[in-house]
Amino acid sequence: MREVAVIGVGMIPFGRRDEDSLMDMLAYASLKALDDAGMGDQSVDAVYVGNMGGGIIQHQTAIASSLVDRLSMLPAAADTIENGPASGGSAVKNGLLAVASGYYDTVLVVGGEKMREVTGWRATDFVATMTHPQAEYVYGVTLPGMAGMFTRLYMEKYGITREQLVAVAIKNQEMGGRNPYAHVEMAITKEGIFEDHASIVNNPVIADPLHLYDACPVSDGAAALIICPLEKLKNPAKPPVVIAGFGQATDTQTLQERDDPTDLKAVTIASQKALEMAKLKPSDIHVAELHDAFTILEIAESEHVGFFKKGEGGKAALAGKTALGGTIPINLSGGLKARGHPVGATGVAQVVDIVYQLRHELPKNRQVKNAQNGLTVNFGGFGNNVLSFVLRRVEK
Amino acid sequence: MPVDMELEAVLRPIQYEMKPYPPKVITLANGKKMVIRQAEREDVPEILKSVHPCLFIERDYYDIVSARLYGELLAWLRHRVKSEYCLMGQVDGYLVGIVNGRMENEKVGMSYHTLAIDRGLRIGSHLFAAKMEYHMEYLDQDEVLIVAESPIGFRRWMIEYPLEQTKIPHELGGGDSYRLTRDIYFAAKPRLVVGDRPVPQELMDEAMADIKFADDDTIRERIAGLKGR
Repeated sequence: MREVAVIGVGMIPFGRRDEDSLMDMLAYASLKALDDAGMGDQSVDAVYVGNMGGGIIQHQTAIASSLVDRLSMLPAAADTIENGPASGGSAVKNGLLAVASGYYDTVLVVGGEKMREVTGWRATDFVATMTHPQAEYVYGVTLPGMAGMFTRLYMEKYGITREQLVAVAIKNQEMGGRNPYAHVEMAITKEGIFEDHASIVNNPVIADPLHLYDACPVSDGAAALIICPLEKLKNPAKPPVVIAGFGQATDTQTLQERDDPTDLKAVTIASQKALEMAKLKPSDIHVAELHDAFTILEIAESEHVGFFKKGEGGKAALAGKTALGGTIPINLSGGLKARGHPVGATGVAQVVDIVYQLRHELPKNRQVKNAQNGLTVNFGGFGNNVLSFVLRRVEK
Repeated sequence: MPVDMELEAVLRPIQYEMKPYPPKVITLANGKKMVIRQAEREDVPEILKSVHPCLFIERDYYDIVSARLYGELLAWLRHRVKSEYCLMGQVDGYLVGIVNGRMENEKVGMSYHTLAIDRGLRIGSHLFAAKMEYHMEYLDQDEVLIVAESPIGFRRWMIEYPLEQTKIPHELGGGDSYRLTRDIYFAAKPRLVVGDRPVPQELMDEAMADIKFADDDTIRERIAGLKGR
């Protein structure tokens, strides 16, 4: 297998983008990545598009076929990857394998979603289509509902507190405020969402024990990567970053079938595989982007990846160990919580943000000093299909 | 504009005596303190400066809401509406939201509009709650008639309280009124109506000084910008 380098990245500001179609967003992000790679008018061999909801929300399928034509990249190969909220990660994986295998040399990977076209209710229902149709969906389960039940169990088993969840929300919104691509740029305070009596209105319960600020927003957005074999890179303008490892694992679709619903086995297995492939340990990772669709997931994933022992992730967040300057900074992009979660875009955006970190391109208030290795976790379903990537900076 | 006071006496509707709304302060999610206080009729020309840029924002029906609010406030200024009031939300002295309504009679209130100029902080929710608090606890009314012109308003008022559907036409037109009764209000109050009184003097002084207004571009960006709205 060839080592695969990310040579171009692009992202558009996430948020509510009424004026852009899904295809517009995918095209903008792709063009930015092509520009970043300095490719000019060169085309690519293949395009992989991560998207979950085009068929449901936009009533548009075969997104990749449309995009490759829109970008004048014919006759490049083109595939749309739908894998729930892990669609972006799956698109990265497919692009990675295609280049690593030697079949393609230059690949565009792009993820995007346009979710604000419908009401929040319909968006929540759309995301819930990933649940088990007979055992879960028909009973009205939603992802916030599932996350609420998961949080309650996690609290009972590991002593996680609301104060720890609040610490994650505050950190990620603070970082979102420093990220020009973030959907939510508004800093929040402990007083305003937790301590003051007005927090019952400011931060109402959405799925007990989760509150409004424990959840990511519903976003529009897109992100893209250009990848190629490291060996083909000649005098790159920017420090190359390689995808040094990846792992993917699945788990039962329904939570109740798991021996211990608090055990996110797929996160553990996927991240271990990624780290093993990269020949690294959790302690070698300098920065991580975890799938914090809900604050509890950042804490739980930080433990399942191995950054902290079970039950220690919440305490670590509260102690600032996951903030910029901490022992393992997590979600310095703002995470899903603040950068936003256009589901098909997320897995790609996480890799883009780690590339920014490893190239040392970010402003000081977001950059981990001298970061060399980064890790992502893209969490599909409720942990039933997880992808993890380890990226490494290659000195010129 | 010259005014014929003899004719004015005929044109001006009667006004009910309205107890003042005592100001309160609410801590927002971002930690800022929002003072909610009653506007004076003389404040209207200044308030309209913040409503004006919203007239051109189609998103979330801001154009309709602000056009109607503009007319209602103008009617209050020029004495063409009965027993209207206006409450304002101010943060650091800046106007961040406006609500208004009126007394239809001594026992029935008519809710007009809620305009959040800064978004994402539940300012609209806090101001609407203050409006209902005014009708129920200070004007001592039995019910308030309400309609929503935006899906957000429908979720915030009709569903969150939840309001009672009626067949009573609302003077804003559109759908029939929903009704807030005293029972509904006092049941919802513990989870929806917050704020502290008295307002600390320094905050009150800041709010009572000249009302500050964001410039038009800032208002448009806060309401219709790409970010976080």
